Amino acid sequence: MARITASVYTSHIPAVGAAFDLGRTKEDYWKPVFAGYDFDKQWMKTHKPDVIFLVYNDHATAFSLQMIPTFAIMTGPEFNPADEGYGARPVPKVIGDPELASYIASAVIQQDFDLTMVNEIDVDHGLTVPLSCVFGEVKEWPAKIIPFAVNVVQHPVPSGARCLALGRAIGKAIMSYPEDINVHIWGTGGMSHQLQGPRAGLINKEWDNAFLDRLIDDPKGLSQMPNIDYVREAGSEGIELVMWLIARGAMSDVVAGGPKPKVAHRFYHVPASNTAVGHLILENAG
Amino acid sequence: MALDKEFNEIPGTIVFDAEQSRKGYWLNQFCMSLMKAENRARFKANERAYLDEWKMTEEQKQAVLDRDLNRMMALGGNIYFLSKIGATDGKSFQQMAGSMTGMSEHDYRDMMVKGGRRIDGNRRIGEDGDAQRPQKDPAKGR
Ligand SMILES: [Fe+2]
Repeated sequence: MARITASVYTSHIPAVGAAFDLGRTKEDYWKPVFAGYDFDKQWMKTHKPDVIFLVYNDHATAFSLQMIPTFAIMTGPEFNPADEGYGARPVPKVIGDPELASYIASAVIQQDFDLTMVNEIDVDHGLTVPLSCVFGEVKEWPAKIIPFAVNVVQHPVPSGARCLALGRAIGKAIMSYPEDINVHIWGTGGMSHQLQGPRAGLINKEWDNAFLDRLIDDPKGLSQMPNIDYVREAGSEGIELVMWLIARGAMSDVVAGGPKPKVAHRFYHVPASNTAVGHLILENAG
Repeated sequence: MALDKEFNEIPGTIVFDAEQSRKGYWLNQFCMSLMKAENRARFKANERAYLDEWKMTEEQKQAVLDRDLNRMMALGGNIYFLSKIGATDGKSFQQMAGSMTGMSEHDYRDMMVKGGRRIDGNRRIGEDGDAQRPQKDPAKGR
C-alpha cells in the first residue's frame, strides 16, 4: 500500500525563484533565505519520495477570471513551467502521475469533495519555486508530482476547516492506493504578506510563528480560525496559508488518530521581497 | 451570501470578492492578455488604442494609462492580474507593491529589510497605524 511519510510546508515567493534562476543565492540578501533549505538536501537523500502531492495556487497564470475552480487536481502526464510575463523559469518540466492522480480524484469525489480535474495546464511559481528551494538545481525533479490548485485569489476562498477535511480525504485516498510507494504531501504559500494598497509590506512575525506552532500541535483547533483572521493578521495574500492545512490534514494523526508527527525541520525568515518565509518538514510517526 | 463585512474594515486593503471581480472583469482580462509577447508589443506601441479594444470603463482605462494601481484595485483589479502591467513595464513585485504605499522604492525596501510593516494599529480602520492613509477609495462599494 502507498504510504504518506512526510509533509513539507514552504512559502513560494516569485522573487526567490528569480534569485535562484539568476544565480544570486549567495548574495547577502538571499543567502539567509536559501540557507533555510540546506537541511532539505540531506534529508531528501534518506526520505526520497516517489510522488509529491503538491498543493499550491495559480496566480492569474493558467486560471484567469474565465474559470475559477476552488479545488483542481492535475491528472495529466506532464506540465510545463509557465511564462508569467518574465519568460518561463528555466527549470525541469513537471512529470505527473495520471494513475495515482485519477485514483485520488475518484476517491476524494466519493468522499463528497467535488474536485475539478485538469489534464493540461502550465504551472506557475506557486509550484516551481518550492521545488527549486527544496531540491536545488537539478536536471529533472527527483519525483513524480501531482499538482493540486486551490483558489485563494477570489473570496470566498475555502475555510481552514474545509482544507483540513479535504487533506484528510486525500490522505485516506492515498493510503488506500494498492502500490508500495512513498508519498509526500506539500502545502505552499504565505507566510504573512500583503502585495496591495497602503498596507502593502505587512509582516506579522508573532502571528506566523503561532501559526507554525498550532499547525504542528493543534491542526484541528487552527482549522477553526476564520478566513478574516488570516487576511487581517497575515495580510491580504497571507490567506494562502489555508493551503497548509490540506497537507497537514493528510498526516496520520489527523487521518487515523495517533501520535503527532515529528518536526524534522523548522525555519522562519523575514524578508524575501515583500514576504515572510516559512518552512517546515513534518515526518509521520511510526 | 455576502462576505462578512469585517473584510471591508481592514485599513489600506481591498478584498477581491465576487463584487470586485464582476466590476473588474475586463480590466483583469485585459491584464491577462499581456501574458503574450505580441500583445505586450501592441499595447506598448499604442496604449490607448489597445485599451479601446476592451470593454473596460473609461475610469479603468485612465487608471491603467496613469499606472495608478490603487485606483485600478478600487475599480475591480486584482493584484495578481495587475502585475502583468508591471511585468510589461519591467517592474518587480516589490516595486509594484511599494508604489501603492506612497513610499519611495528605497524606503519601502528598507522597511522590508527591517522586518516589514507592523501590524499594530493596522488591523482595523480607525486605529493609529501607518496604513490608515490614504483612506479607502470612495469608488469601492459604489
Ligand atoms: Fe502565492
